[in-house]
Amino acid sequence: MTSSDPSTALDLLQTPLHALHVELGARMVPFAGYEMPVQYPAGILAEHLQTRAAAGLFDVSHMGQALIEGPNHAASAQALERLCPADIVNLAPGRQRYTQFLNEDGGIIDDLMVTRPVGEDGRLSLVVNASRKAVDFDLLRAKLPADVRLTVLDAQALIALQGPKAASVLARLAPRENIEAMPFMSARAMQFSGVEAHVSRSGYTGEDGFEISLAAVSADAFARRLLAEAEVKPIGLGARDSLRLEAGLCLYGHELDEAIDPIEAGLNWSIQKRRRIEGGFSGAARIQAALATGPKRKRVGIRLAGRAPARDGAEIVDQAGAIIGIVTSGGFGPSVAAPIAMGYVGAEFATSGTPIGLVVRGKTLAADVAALPFHPHAYYRGQ
Amino acid sequence: MSQARYSKDHEYVAVEGDVGIVGISDHAQAQLGDVVFVELPAIGDKLAAGAQAAVVESVKAASEVFSPVSGEVVARNSALESEPSLINEDAAGKGWIFKIKLSNPAEIDALMDEAAYQDFLKSIA
Repeated sequence: MTSSDPSTALDLLQTPLHALHVELGARMVPFAGYEMPVQYPAGILAEHLQTRAAAGLFDVSHMGQALIEGPNHAASAQALERLCPADIVNLAPGRQRYTQFLNEDGGIIDDLMVTRPVGEDGRLSLVVNASRKAVDFDLLRAKLPADVRLTVLDAQALIALQGPKAASVLARLAPRENIEAMPFMSARAMQFSGVEAHVSRSGYTGEDGFEISLAAVSADAFARRLLAEAEVKPIGLGARDSLRLEAGLCLYGHELDEAIDPIEAGLNWSIQKRRRIEGGFSGAARIQAALATGPKRKRVGIRLAGRAPARDGAEIVDQAGAIIGIVTSGGFGPSVAAPIAMGYVGAEFATSGTPIGLVVRGKTLAADVAALPFHPHAYYRGQ
Repeated sequence: MSQARYSKDHEYVAVEGDVGIVGISDHAQAQLGDVVFVELPAIGDKLAAGAQAAVVESVKAASEVFSPVSGEVVARNSALESEPSLINEDAAGKGWIFKIKLSNPAEIDALMDEAAYQDFLKSIA
C-alpha cells in the first residue's frame, strides 16, 4: 500500500479546517466526497460524552449552504413552499425552521434548515446535507421561478458548537452580542472580533448549541479560538452520529430517502397546520392522506435487551419470526450506556414497549420498541 | 507476552504448552476504537485456522476475529462481557478473548513473530 495523500488519490474535497484536523491528530475518512475527521485521538466515546458534559466543536463545512433571493419575502417563501411542506411564508425574521424537500410522490429528497435573516427582505438561507447538495441545488435551479435566484455559498465554512457550555463559551468571544439569551431556532448576524458570522441556536446533538456560518478564510482562526477555551474539544463525525442517534434525529440515507414520506418518518411536527390544510407542495396528496388515515409504517426507536448492537440493515421480526421492518441506524449510545437503534416497522407494531426481534449474524436478539429520544433533549427554553 | 505470534488480520496467539491464548493486537484495538461489545466463542467450539471465532463491536462497526490456529476452544474471557474496554486497555493481557487447545501446533510456524509483525505494520502504514 502506498502512503500517497488520500485526498488527491480519491479526488476528495477538503474543508477549510482540514489542516487543523490533521494537526489535531484526527483520523480522516471519506464522507460525501470530502475528507472528514471521524474521530480525534480522544475517541468516539470520549468525544460524545464531552459534548453532553461541556462543549464540542464540529466542522460541518461539507454541508451545503445557499441563499435564495427574490424581490420580497412573499415571493421567495412561496417559491420554497412549492418544494417543502413547512410554513415559510409566516416564518418571522431571525427565525429558523426544519423541513424537507419532497418529490412528486411525497418522498424525501433531503432534509434541511431554512432561515429568514433579519432585515434582508426576500432572502432565505438554507443548510442542506453534504451528500444531497448537488441534487438539492439542481432541484432549486429547475424549480425556482425566474425572479427568485439561487446562490450557492461555496466560500462559507460551517462550525457547530454544541453542549451545555456552548452558550457561555460563545458569549465570552462576543460579550456584547447577548448570545446567551438567543432563543432556540433563532438566528442573527454578529461579529467575533471583527469577523462577521451568521449564528443560529440549533444543532444535531439534542444539546443546546449553535451553528456558525462564516467566511472560509476566517474559519481556521475562529475554530482555534474556540478550541483555546477550556470547555471545548474537537468532535468527529463518529460522535456526531452517536449523539444524533441518542437524540432520535434522522439521518438522510438512513431514516429518510426518496421512498419515505415525512409522516412515516414521524416529522408531522415540522408541517405547520396551514400547510397540512392547504397543501400546495410536491407530494401533498400522499402527506394529506397519511395524516388522515395514518401511515402504514412508522419510524421507531429500538432498545435491545442485551449488550450486542444491531446495525443499519438488520431485519426486524415479530414474536413469530415474521419480518415486520428494518433497522435504519444502530449502534451504541455512550450516554445511555446501551445499544440503541432506529428503524421502520408496520404501524401496528409502533407502540412503545412492543416486543420485537432484531436479526444479527443469523440470531434473533430480543428488543423493544422504545420512545424517542433515548437521551432527553436539552434545548434552550428561556424566553 | 511470551512467544506471541501474529496473523495478517492482527490476531495474536500466545502459546503455553498445547494451549494458545488468542486476542487482537494493540494495533487492531487502536484501529477499532472504543470496544462496546464482544461476542465470545463457546467452550467446545472446534475451529479451523482462519475461521471466525468472535466478533468485536466498536461504537461504529462490528469486526470479526478469526482464529489464527485450529483447535478446540477451552476457555473464553467472560470478563469482556461486563468490561469490553479491557481490549482497548490491555489487548495483550487482560483483553485476551479465548483459549484454544491446538490441534496442529505446526500452524504456529506460519504466523509472524513480534519482529515480523512490527515490520508488517510498517509496510501497511
